[in-house]
Amino acid sequence: MTILFDGIASGMLLFLISVGLSVTLGLMNFVNLAHGAFAMVGGYVCVTLLNRAGVPFLASLPLAAMTTALVGVVLERTLYRRLYGATHLDQVLFSISLVFMSMSAMQYFFGAQQQPLTLPDFLRGQVNLPGLDMGVYRLFLIVVSLLIAWGLQRLVSGTRFGAELRASVDNPRAARGVGINVERIFTLTFALGTALAGLGGAMGVEMLGLDPGFPVKYVVYFLIVVAVGGSGSIAGSLVASLILGVVDVAGKYYVPQIGSFVIYAVMVVMLVFRPQGLFGRQAAR
Amino acid sequence: MKSSTIDLTVVRRCDRWRPAELVFWLLPVLGYFLFPDNLVLLTQIAITGLFCLSLDLILGYAGIVSLGHAAFFGVGAYAAGLLASHGWGEPLSGLLVAAVVSAALGFVTSLLVLRGADLTRLMVTLGVAMMLFEVANKLTAITGGVDGLQGMEMLPLFGQFRFDMVGKTAYWYAVLVLFFLFWSARKLVHSPFGLSLKGIRLNVARMPALGAPVNARLAAVYTLGAAYAGVAGALMAQTTQFVALDVLSFNRSAELLLILVLGGSGSLYGALIGTMVFMSAHHVLSDMNPEYWQFWLGALLLVIVLFARDGVMGGLRRAAARIPLLSGGAK
Repeated sequence: MTILFDGIASGMLLFLISVGLSVTLGLMNFVNLAHGAFAMVGGYVCVTLLNRAGVPFLASLPLAAMTTALVGVVLERTLYRRLYGATHLDQVLFSISLVFMSMSAMQYFFGAQQQPLTLPDFLRGQVNLPGLDMGVYRLFLIVVSLLIAWGLQRLVSGTRFGAELRASVDNPRAARGVGINVERIFTLTFALGTALAGLGGAMGVEMLGLDPGFPVKYVVYFLIVVAVGGSGSIAGSLVASLILGVVDVAGKYYVPQIGSFVIYAVMVVMLVFRPQGLFGRQAAR
Repeated sequence: MKSSTIDLTVVRRCDRWRPAELVFWLLPVLGYFLFPDNLVLLTQIAITGLFCLSLDLILGYAGIVSLGHAAFFGVGAYAAGLLASHGWGEPLSGLLVAAVVSAALGFVTSLLVLRGADLTRLMVTLGVAMMLFEVANKLTAITGGVDGLQGMEMLPLFGQFRFDMVGKTAYWYAVLVLFFLFWSARKLVHSPFGLSLKGIRLNVARMPALGAPVNARLAAVYTLGAAYAGVAGALMAQTTQFVALDVLSFNRSAELLLILVLGGSGSLYGALIGTMVFMSAHHVLSDMNPEYWQFWLGALLLVIVLFARDGVMGGLRRAAARIPLLSGGAK
């Protein structure tokens, strides 16, 4: 049971970070390998606020998300925008270059070591039920992720903004024709995606650690979530993250010899049989 | 091709060796005499050049996007390394075995890769490479895991030339293999097969109408690219007599893409020139500030993607077009 719980918690964390990617990759059709870099920025902002400025943890989380979103918007307006119409290869190369630069920059400012993070007292400790030990922080993580999943689902499928976004993605020309400001929608969406990455990165410091190698270490996981869940589908990302989290934790616990092999194998098999993912809206372009 | 009769002279002329190319192939000889102390680096350049060439075949010519090309490099390296550490130290047969093993893997994975579109291909190639990385990481008894594979003993090349400490034999060995494989690749891309690949990249829908079996062609070139990468890996293993786990890493695949784009994909010389520029820059920059050279690397790539999509080769081609003597009838 505890393993299942830990699996769910790590799946939720994964969801939190990769749902942002699902938004940019899935809805805007931009292969953004630099997503992990945004998560890393969020993590560093959070750690810096916490350790150097003494901001409380709960306040530093939204600040991390906002700072990351700001970075995201600046980059979107200056660079990403030029590549919306480019081939996937160009987008991959472009985002790899961002990853390289962000890794070096973080190493320059913070050094290569792991960043320490001390949680506030009320998030430490465990809740013990018969047969189940739950870390309070993990519980907190699960609750936050569920709230965000619900909010996002509402946002995309239930609001005017969501409708405009879907219209802009499906047919930018027609959307422009009916008076939707497509550029603004894309900028906002990108900001949303990076804010989620920043939030996820900040919350993940405790479980994933934080060092300049972060973007490369975990980007594969984020991509897997989006690829398996079906790009652009929030429910899909949630289900995929949960599967991935549970399989990963259980696999590492029961059969440590094979490590992460299972995940990659599952992903490849998945993609071969359902290239559009579990809940894909349509096959990738 | 507006004329009704098919004029093949254009195609034939492409196949002819131009003077500039002969000059290019004097560079390895020149390098040998100019930098006798840096032969190890030069060998690395030759090997990476071959590796980059293999990616160029599948990406630049056939248009298959791969984020996991290191898989084949690594498999070739381990194949040759394991052979050598288990007493089969003959280099050429080692290369051959590595090529066959990687080609087999390439063929099998090509069946998976070719099913999807760009994005799926990215993920599948990446997934395959990561799987192999995990396998190599965990099978410590066979591969040495994180510590790397050691204890290789190479027999002299052709029974004549020992692999010496300075790396003279290794250098010539790598350069000659590179030249031979380059020459074959050059033949290939100018053959009808190579032209059909270009056609597939430019217009997938049209090629079946012209009678070209798209999937079979792509599978063939993917397998070939895998074999090339395997040979490059094997060369690496044999010349350094060590296989590190990072031969399979994501970084290596990503870096290779970068090198190819730097040089200009879709041109065989682009792959080689990209490697030369990249490796030299790496050498110089990482000497200057070892930790942050990646930053400049990223910045460079950014500039290339945004402003100079065809890389160094495109720049050269534009420059050459201004000088009629050099262009030698190129378009």
